Amino acid sequence: MLKIKRVPTVVSNYQKDEASDESVGCGRNCLGACCLNGARLPLYSCKKLEKSGTGEKLVISHEAREPPVAFLESLVLGEWEDRFQRGLFRYDVTACETKVIPGKYGFVAQLNEGRHLKKRPTEFRVDKVLQSFDGNKFNFTKVGQEELLFQFEAGEDCDVQFFPCMPLDAENSPSVVAINVSPIEYGHVLLIPRVLDCLPQRIDHKSLLLALHMAAEAANPYFRLGYNSLGAFATINHLHFQAYYLAMPFPLEKAPSKKMITTVSGVKISELVNYPVRSLLFEGGNSMQDLSDTVSDACVCLQENNIPFNILISDSGRQIFLMPQCYAEKQALGEVSPELLETQVNPAVWEISGHMVLKRKEDYEGASEENAWRLLAEASLSEERFKEVNALIFEAIGCSNQEEELEGILVQPSGSVNQTGNRTLGGPIANGAASECLVLQ
Amino acid sequence: MSITQSSASLFTTATEEKEGAFSARYSLWIKEALDELPHSFTITDPFISGHPIVFASPGFLKMTGYSREEVIGRNGRAFQGPKTNRRSIMEIREAIREERPVQVSILNYRKSGSPFWMLFHMIPVFGNDDGRVIHFVAVQVPISGRKMRNGSGCSEMVFGSCRREVCLGSYVHQERALPVECDEQELENWEHCEASESEKLKSVEAVGNVLSVLTRYSEFAGRLVCGKRSCLRVADCLSSSLVISLGRIKQSFVLTNPCLPDMPVVYASDAFLTLTGYKRHEVLGQNCRFLSGVDTDSSVLYEMKECILKGKPCTVQILNYSNRKDKSTFWNLLHISPVRNASGKTAYFVGVQMEASCKDIESKELRPETRQLSVVGAVRVAVRSSFMVTC
Repeated sequence: MLKIKRVPTVVSNYQKDEASDESVGCGRNCLGACCLNGARLPLYSCKKLEKSGTGEKLVISHEAREPPVAFLESLVLGEWEDRFQRGLFRYDVTACETKVIPGKYGFVAQLNEGRHLKKRPTEFRVDKVLQSFDGNKFNFTKVGQEELLFQFEAGEDCDVQFFPCMPLDAENSPSVVAINVSPIEYGHVLLIPRVLDCLPQRIDHKSLLLALHMAAEAANPYFRLGYNSLGAFATINHLHFQAYYLAMPFPLEKAPSKKMITTVSGVKISELVNYPVRSLLFEGGNSMQDLSDTVSDACVCLQENNIPFNILISDSGRQIFLMPQCYAEKQALGEVSPELLETQVNPAVWEISGHMVLKRKEDYEGASEENAWRLLAEASLSEERFKEVNALIFEAIGCSNQEEELEGILVQPSGSVNQTGNRTLGGPIANGAASECLVLQ
Repeated sequence: MSITQSSASLFTTATEEKEGAFSARYSLWIKEALDELPHSFTITDPFISGHPIVFASPGFLKMTGYSREEVIGRNGRAFQGPKTNRRSIMEIREAIREERPVQVSILNYRKSGSPFWMLFHMIPVFGNDDGRVIHFVAVQVPISGRKMRNGSGCSEMVFGSCRREVCLGSYVHQERALPVECDEQELENWEHCEASESEKLKSVEAVGNVLSVLTRYSEFAGRLVCGKRSCLRVADCLSSSLVISLGRIKQSFVLTNPCLPDMPVVYASDAFLTLTGYKRHEVLGQNCRFLSGVDTDSSVLYEMKECILKGKPCTVQILNYSNRKDKSTFWNLLHISPVRNASGKTAYFVGVQMEASCKDIESKELRPETRQLSVVGAVRVAVRSSFMVTC
């Protein structure tokens, strides 16, 4: 059994020391059966899925301007600011100095000494991606209701529906959005699908689709959702996604990509080029559901093969990055250098995306693109292992990978995969390289 | 203008307004001079909410099939579509945010709905006096995607050409681009379409020509613009990217700078101007006390001042005096809060106004208090990120 010790991030004010007795009754206004009766939260029900991928209209409408702040964004920001002013967060994240590290990619570093508890580290088992839910451990039914912002569901209507005061009904299996009391950035929230069902931290089709919905509804490319599997630095074994606003691109999003394959349902899968963590990028699809299902299939495959991974949902739900990793395993086997360990930076989804929260001033002052790269490279699978994992994934999603994506061009004989039309063939790609642009000085 | 005007003429007014705002920066006949240029280009104004196009050349209108009225006031995103490469969209968005030039191939759509590839080359235009971005100039050069390299073998042939050859039924290997006869469906499916060297040169030339005209006519008007920032942006001037972000917020609010003498307003939303009846130039640089008057409760003013000194948020109900036609007063449920930037220190105060009569709760809407706080939140995100610009 492989274990590592680390200080878990406190995401709720009710998350106590694991060692202490958790059998406290209530009066805490939690989500347990003790307090649920009479609980009310606003409910945001998003509009029905569009048929075609992004739902953008070709026809110019009078609204084709820089889009105004969307309703969901106002709800998230407004409720978050309310909790912010009520002092529910452990620190003011906007008072934490932050900067873009000079370099090609623009990694973002933040000096945040308050994020990590000053208490003794907990042991985490890192060799099993799938572990059953343990009601005795901290989970999201134990958060105080004041930490919840609203209920969120994928609606059936063609319009957004908002109910300012809806009872929390266990029969409806509500999904909720909660604050993260140790935020990385302003607006850091947790999306907890079907909170009362107590699902363990593992991806399933319905939940990933809900997360995609949220990204699409927020309609802001700077609002991303992230996911950490067990073994990839998830702290709590209760299914949840994280999200926050950072109004600039993540380095991960800037990395060039090389297309590998397009699935039957039109999902384009690429691999990132020249990025410290080897990752896959999923985009397109005949519908959002197709994109979601393909990624879910890939995740289920990784889960069943006990491969830890992180997910970043980006570009308002149009792009999904899948990053398998092995840092925790290396750490448990004593293969990570002490200087990297001393920074206490765990490469979870945000770190891999390029957002590094540093707890020591010297690490912040000395933050450089090489340092960031070196840390993230430790988390990456090796070239060979990544190829093996890709093969597993492609088989799982029903495409046998017939392409040779070597150093050169992608050549795909037409008709090799069941395709409609010529969707797999790309346009002119010089050098098989990615879409890059010429940036002038 | 009365509110009973038809929507068509209201729209024309908006077009004229935007074009007027553009011309005001330059000396007379600027539009005519720009109209004489053969290139396809647009000019946008980041300081108008929505970052709209304020000038479109005849070449642009011809290329896209739109009329002037249909284009002025629109954001450049309007010409993108579902198959437009997301990465290219991001490149452009980031270049705007970082106030730097960019040259990228991108798929756009004409009015007819047909797609076409073009080389999009955009530059910021800076005001010489205050160092801020006045406009963005974007040039569009249609590209045919036949970039063949000298002596390249068959195996290196790029896909689009392959497809085209198959389309046209013959193997062609030449330097000059063929006219695009290909199925439009395929154009949309191309991952990328590299511009040829000559197309890239064309875009550089076009940008240079537009910039020359702007420079010349700004000189005549006494407020020179240029393609490079000549001085650091003055302290009370917000970056264009921050202004674009703030322009997404549709409620009434102002940003004031506590580090400048008398804490002047450095940003006022359109909704604020509508609510108070003032013009932007009357408000910028002034302390907010112009909204107070004879009957404004001085103890409330004192309370606000205390909160500002302590750096704490507060909500007050204050009687304000508008500059609207009727010079009416209104009860303002005002929320103010300090806002920090990336350094972690307070850079601004935000004041969000809510007319007390609007406090009625609409069943399907956010609570007014939530809406008011959402403005604060959106401002916090915008301000925090605006300083983290890569150089």
